[in-house]
Amino acid sequence: MTVWQVVILASIAVLVLKLLGYLVPPSLIEKPVPARIAGLLTVALLSALIVTQTIGSGQGVTLDARVPALVVAAGLFALRVPFILVIVAAAATAALIRALT
Amino acid sequence: MIDDAGSAPARGITERAAAIRASLGVGAAVSAYGVSFGALSVASGLDIWQTCVLSVLMFSGGSQFALIGVLASGGTAAGGAAIASAALLGTRNGLYALRMAPIVGGGWPKKLLAAHWTIDESTAVGSAQPTLESQRTGFWFTGAIIYVGWNLTTLVGALIGDLLGDVSQYGLDAAAAAAFLGLLWPRLRQLQPIVVAVGAAVVAAVLTPWLPPGVPVLLAAVVAVVVGLTNWWGAKS
Repeated sequence: MTVWQVVILASIAVLVLKLLGYLVPPSLIEKPVPARIAGLLTVALLSALIVTQTIGSGQGVTLDARVPALVVAAGLFALRVPFILVIVAAAATAALIRALT
Repeated sequence: MIDDAGSAPARGITERAAAIRASLGVGAAVSAYGVSFGALSVASGLDIWQTCVLSVLMFSGGSQFALIGVLASGGTAAGGAAIASAALLGTRNGLYALRMAPIVGGGWPKKLLAAHWTIDESTAVGSAQPTLESQRTGFWFTGAIIYVGWNLTTLVGALIGDLLGDVSQYGLDAAAAAAFLGLLWPRLRQLQPIVVAVGAAVVAAVLTPWLPPGVPVLLAAVVAVVVGLTNWWGAKS
């Protein structure tokens, strides 16, 4: 499979999934269980992505400058610092640690 | 809607203005995050065109990051896993679409565009507004601002990434994790999502050394399905 085929096929799959939501009768979402799972699914996926982006390196785990950067980000989000400033601070933390070590 | 004839129109305008303000705030923040996608995508081995096509056609940050993450570690041999990760992360957009369908209304051309723009942020801003009118405003403004912003910053990021070479030196990989944390943070207001977030993080951390890239994230989603079905740690209704 070429990179182009992966890019196109995955893009179509993601778009079709979005469209499916508009084809399903709206009455389904009024049921509490699917609505609850929908909300929690996002939380679980985001949380798992944070972990794999922070400690993952291919099929393996590496603890490096990304960990303190994420701790800094968490602290700043807790202090209600705006999103973009937190992102910059996290990148700067990781860059600084890498420059010094 | 005409509950209070004197102030209702004024209140409608105020509510729509508040929705637009929210769209602008969220749009600016998320658009900036497109720079890190563009740069990381080029660092993952995609060219500038492939990077931009992802933002134009797929237009879903989580799925795009997952796709380039799997390709970065597994190459095109992991193409199937890359597509599966992007699609499974994209299932939540389908669930958002369910919630947005009654708000969007209208005919099929409108629904097709709405579907393309149904992402975390447009759904979050749209569904957070108090009236149907302001929900519509919030959804469409956020979708449009982010679509334009995300694609422009993706291109900028891809060009910068192409010039910079190794982006980890600049901490862009850490920026991606922080961005996901920023999307998760406002969802952690009750016990049940906090338990799910911790559970999913543990599952992903434990499975990452043993399974191909992308798969631990998908399996962590099982935590949400189990807790959602049983309603453990949920608020009593």
